[in-house]
Order: sequence, then structure tokens, then C-alpha cells
Amino acid sequence: MLKYTIKRIIQGIVTVWFIATVTFIAMHSVPGDPLTGERGMSEEIRQNLEQKYGLDKPILEQYIIYMGNMIKGDFGISFTQQNRSVNDIIREHFPVSATLGILSIVFAALGGVLWGALTAIYRNRLPDVVVMFLVIFGISVPSFVIAAMSQLILVNINTSFGFSILPVAGWGTISHMLVPSLVLGLGTMAFLTRLMRSSMLEVVNADYIRTAYSKGLPAQRIFLKHQLRNAILPVITVIGPAIASITTGGFVVELVFAIPGLGRFFVQAVQQLDYTVIMGTTVFYGAFLVFMVIIVDLIYGLVDPRVRLE
Amino acid sequence: MTNIVENLTPLDFKRVSKKKKTTSISRPSLSYWEDAWIRLMSNKRSLVSLSIIIFLIFFTLLGPIIWNVDPSGQDLDQLSSPPGADRGAILVEAYMPWDGLSITKNNSSEGLKDFYDLGATEYINVEGFPSTQYVRLSWNKIIGASGYRIYRNKFDPGSDNSLGLPMADILTAEEISFEDRLNLEPGEYWYSIAALDSLGRESNQYKKIAVRVSRAISIPEAIEKGIITQTSQVAIGDTIYLKFHPLGTDYLGRDMLSRLMHGARVSLFIGVLAPIFFVILGVFYGSIAGFIGGKVDQFLMRFADFVVALPFLLFMILFKIAFGIGPGESGVIPMLLALVLLSWPATARLVRGQILQIRGEGYILASQLLGAKTYFLILRHMIPNTIGVILVTLTFAIPSVIFVEAFLSFIGMGVVPPTPSWGSMCNEGLQTMLNHPHEIIFPASLISITVLAFNLLGDGLRDALDAKMRSKE
Repeated sequence: MLKYTIKRIIQGIVTVWFIATVTFIAMHSVPGDPLTGERGMSEEIRQNLEQKYGLDKPILEQYIIYMGNMIKGDFGISFTQQNRSVNDIIREHFPVSATLGILSIVFAALGGVLWGALTAIYRNRLPDVVVMFLVIFGISVPSFVIAAMSQLILVNINTSFGFSILPVAGWGTISHMLVPSLVLGLGTMAFLTRLMRSSMLEVVNADYIRTAYSKGLPAQRIFLKHQLRNAILPVITVIGPAIASITTGGFVVELVFAIPGLGRFFVQAVQQLDYTVIMGTTVFYGAFLVFMVIIVDLIYGLVDPRVRLE
Repeated sequence: MTNIVENLTPLDFKRVSKKKKTTSISRPSLSYWEDAWIRLMSNKRSLVSLSIIIFLIFFTLLGPIIWNVDPSGQDLDQLSSPPGADRGAILVEAYMPWDGLSITKNNSSEGLKDFYDLGATEYINVEGFPSTQYVRLSWNKIIGASGYRIYRNKFDPGSDNSLGLPMADILTAEEISFEDRLNLEPGEYWYSIAALDSLGRESNQYKKIAVRVSRAISIPEAIEKGIITQTSQVAIGDTIYLKFHPLGTDYLGRDMLSRLMHGARVSLFIGVLAPIFFVILGVFYGSIAGFIGGKVDQFLMRFADFVVALPFLLFMILFKIAFGIGPGESGVIPMLLALVLLSWPATARLVRGQILQIRGEGYILASQLLGAKTYFLILRHMIPNTIGVILVTLTFAIPSVIFVEAFLSFIGMGVVPPTPSWGSMCNEGLQTMLNHPHEIIFPASLISITVLAFNLLGDGLRDALDAKMRSKE
């Protein structure tokens, strides 16, 4: 177990290095540099600025310097936002994205497991048909459409009541977080519901369930201890990748609901070619995702004794 | 023992008649594909989704030929008009400048109005015919006022004095008229006039008037826009009909139907081509890894793992920018390249797994023992046995790519305006969503329907083609 964990962590570090390198290459292959956009800059000022940011050095040297700083945990200073370090930007805005992401993951996982189990139990009856229809809807409608529509509905509800029941946009209180995280989690919830339903159906007719019934266990206990616990395993494996898609997919929701998350900074930084912010956010996100997947895999090994981590 | 041998006659060694059948097949044998086809056709959901997809293909390919309207052409008379909106316009004279009304010292006949005050009923008058060409107002001079401020609103100011947009300040008391030509749309407007004192302060009293504005067009304009011809028999006051937009127009007056059709070309072009490319790439990569095995396999699959670990959407944006968009290009090709570069590993893993599995099967060994060469193994066994899985992957990849394209265009990182795509149309529709919901509803529902159709078809294909993955319905 320990050996496996160490191996995975080393792999993770190599992956993060790979992400950083690819980002660096892709970023520098974009024509222009962060200083291109500045108007009326004389040659001397440009040279001075290039010297300050180290842009005058050969690309390989820049790479080595950057990697050295990154290992020390220093992502540098933003080119476009005055005197703001990338670490500060991440420290300030990542918690917002993370809160949104965690809330929607919790919502998606709880909802997915619950609906999935429900549909499997009521297979081919009304609840199953209704929920599965909604699931198809949830998988097929893009998150930005759901976000926009829910905003439209919220506005109409608020105006019809004459006061704001739930805020339409913004960030701060629990009531701000509710709708965006529901919207963000909906697609994943639909996906998890489907997965949970099929894995539950597999379990429902298993031999050990029949045994449990024949030895006279109450249905409730069978459901919780035998069915749910076994059926939930495949769901846990996809939670890792789901975190990935939710955290990066979050920035559409951030955009629509005007939430000050990290995603918006990334889009802005790419447009302005702000090297340090691009590198910082990508590497940070990449590392976050890689280690999330590792943690989920380790948890999987703990939950399912059949899986041996080697 | 000996008895039996002795009892044998030459008759026993006669050949049995060929016609005598021991077993017979009661039904015609079906090939894999025939079986899959029958399964697919018996699945109602996949039939429905297949017909939706066929309709979409017609919509995309033939649509712009039948409905030949420029997707970037603007119809400035009909901005954000919903489908089924009134297209009537009244023909009016060409615009003539208006001097307005004023009370001058030597114009005493107009000076009659001088004696009205704010309490008078007929305080504001509409001069001429209020239309989208102009709205002309005149009012009675307010005693003690040294100027006026004119407001315009879409709603009745009501009791809370929401007068709306300040249109103009008139700084002399003598000028008692105002002409509004600012972005008039057919509908009702509320104009309010408040008096200003000598210091330019506004009094809290105001007078309002509701003006019903009709759409108007002058004959030269109508001819220029091709609504009527030089020879048409029309007269001032006739109602003519503006260009027909079956699904309305967007906020720049562009035809929605035409934009949806051209947008479908972008969305489906990427949606179909990108999966084909990255699935082919993945199949090659995966089969090379699976076939060669050993160190090469390990190295190749480790690299695939790295690519999987890249945060997908961030790198889509980064790569798309890195490939660059020249002036006048639509940005479709960089998006396609970025998608192919980032999406192949899933297919590669799948195909490698399949190849490894098939390599261990008995029939491959048997075939090898019979002297089969590698290319024969690939053509006869590997490809037919994996093509079903590949086809299913392809079908499921299409909706996810359409999603990605829509997502990127939605955040403004996709196609470059004015090229329409469903995602960018949603983005534009979001801005005007509260007043003109049709601008987001049409592209959004088209995306959803397309994604739904491909998802259902993928389900159906999986059930039909792959016995192992068959879902337990």
C-alpha cells in the first residue's frame, strides 16, 4: 500500500512536470508576448521591461528559471495586473472555484446515488421512467444552457414575487452558491444516476442478495448493507474524473453567474497572453486534478477489499 | 467379434447418399452486420434518433440552398424580432428636416400656448404621424420655466417617477418642440417633459404622454432594401411587408434560420470530423502499442496517460490560441487540431485493450498455426472484432465534441465572429435573453436535440453491435 502510494505520487509529479512543459511550449509558440499589447512603448522601456521579466533571455534559460521558481512554489508576478503575484490570485480566487466545485460534486454524488438506486428499485415503473427521462435531458443539455435558463427562470420568479428569493448572480452567501452548484452538478449527476442504475441492477439479482433474503434479513438492511454498498463501487471510480470535468467546466457557470472564480482569470490571461498567470493556473489545476485522481484511487482501495493496490 | 466381420457384406461399404441430411438450419444465417442492423431497426429510440440525424444532415446541407439568406446580412428594420412578429410597415414620405416649433417675439400666433400651465389637459401634442422614422412632440410653454428636459421610457412612469432615458435638454423656454429619432422600435413609448429653472435644475413636476409608434419606411428606402421595385404601384400610407424571417432575427438583425443552418455547418463539421480524425489516430496508436507490446507498449501508454492528465478545457483554449487564427479565418481548423491532439488517448487505450484481448484468443493461435500472416490476422480477425467498439466510440464522441465546440464558442474562444456556430449564437443570445428569449432558445435546443440524438443512437449501436457492452434494459 505504502509502496503503491509512493509510486503514484512520483508518477503524479512527473505528470505535473509534463503539464508544465507542454503549457510552456504552447504558450511561447503563440505569436507575440505579454508586452505586445502595450501602447506607445519606446524601445528602451521595452528592453527594460523585458529585462525585468527575463524575457530577453533565451527560451531554454527562461524555462529553467521558471521551473526552478515553480519547485520553490513561486509562480511569479502577473504581467497585466499590477504587482499582483500569481500565488495571490490563486489564493484569492481558487477557494471560490473549489467551493463551487465541491458543492456540486457533493450534490452530484448524493443525487446520482439516490436517483440511481431509486430507478433500479422501481425498474420500468413510473419513477424510473420519469427520472430516466430527466437523466437523458441532463446529459444532452449543455451546462451553459441550463445556467442561462435557470437564471431566466430565477429572474421571472423574483419579479413575480416582488422581492429577491434567490440572487440571480454574484457570490458571497449560501444562497448565492445554491443555484450555480446545482446547475454545475446536474450533468455529472445525470451521468452518475445512469451508472448507479446499471450497477444496481447488476447487484439486485446477485446470489448473495437472494441468500440475504432467504436468511430473513429485513429489506432495509439488505438495501443498505448489501445492495448499495456493492453498487456504489463503480460510482466511486468515476468521481475522480468527474472532479476534473466539474472544476474545469466550472468557468462557464462562473461566467454566467458572475462568480469571481479562477476560471475567468485563465480565459482573460490567455487573451492577454499573460505568461505567468497562464502557467500558474494551468499547473495548479493540473496538479490539483492529478492528485485528486490519486486520492480517489487510494480511497477505492480502502472501500473495496477486492481491489489490491500494487 | 469375428461374427460381425464375417457378416459384413460389400453393401455396408456403399457410400451413403449425399442428399441425406443429418441436421438442417431452419433459418437463414445472419452475418454480424445483418444481425446488428435488425437489432438497431427494432429499437424505437435509435430509429427516432436516426431520423433526427438524417433531418439534421438535410438541414445542414440543403438548408442554406433552399433558404438562401446571407447569415451575416443585417436587416436593421427588424432587430431582435421574435418569430411571427408583425412585419407590416407603413410607407411614408422621405424624411424631411423639421425646424420645430418655438415662440419668438414676433411670432405671436404661436404665443397663444404661452398661457397654458402644467395643469392643462392637452399639454403635449404629437406633431405628424409618430413612426419609427421620427416622433415629433410639441408642448405648451410653462410659465417660469427656462428650459425643458425630455425623457423617454418603454413603460408608464407611474407613481414612482421612473421617467426613463433623458433624451435632450432644451435650454430656452421658447423652444417648445422635440424630435426623437433615436433607435425607435415599433411599440409604445412614454415621453415625459420636465421644466428646468434658470439654473438648469429640474422641477419635480412633469407631464407625460403615451405615443404608439408604428413601423414606417420611406419609398426610396424600401426600394433600396429591395422590398418594393421601382415599378411597384404603391402610395404613401400603404402597408408593405418587410423581409420574412421564419425564426426571427438576432440583436443585429441577422436571420436566425440562416444563422442556425450555417452554424450547423460549423458545429456538425467539427462534431463529425474531429471524432473521425482522433478515432483513427487512436486506433493506429492503440493497435501499434497492443501489437508490439513490451517496452514500446509501456512507453506509448505512459505518454497517453500524460495527455489524459492535461486539464482538457484549459488546453483546448491554449492550443487553439497557439495554432493562431489568421485574418478572415473562422477559427474552425485550430479548434479541430486542438481537439484531435487532446482526445485520441481514450480510443487508443480502448483499442489497445481490445487488441491485447483478441491476441490471446484461441482462434488467433489456431489461425497462426494454419500459417496465417500478420496482415491476414489484422484484416480477418482484429479489425472485424474491434470495429463495433470503435464505431460505438465514434458515435459517443460526436455529441461530446459538439459540446466542447459549443462551450468554447460560448465563452468566446471558439469560432470568430461573424461566423455563426450554435455555441456563439447561445453566447450572443445570453446578452438579450431577458427581452428576446428566442435568440438563445433556438440554438440551445438545436444543440440539445443533436446531442440527444447522437447519444441515443450511440446507445442503440452499442446494444446492436457489442454483445458484451449490451445494456441491461
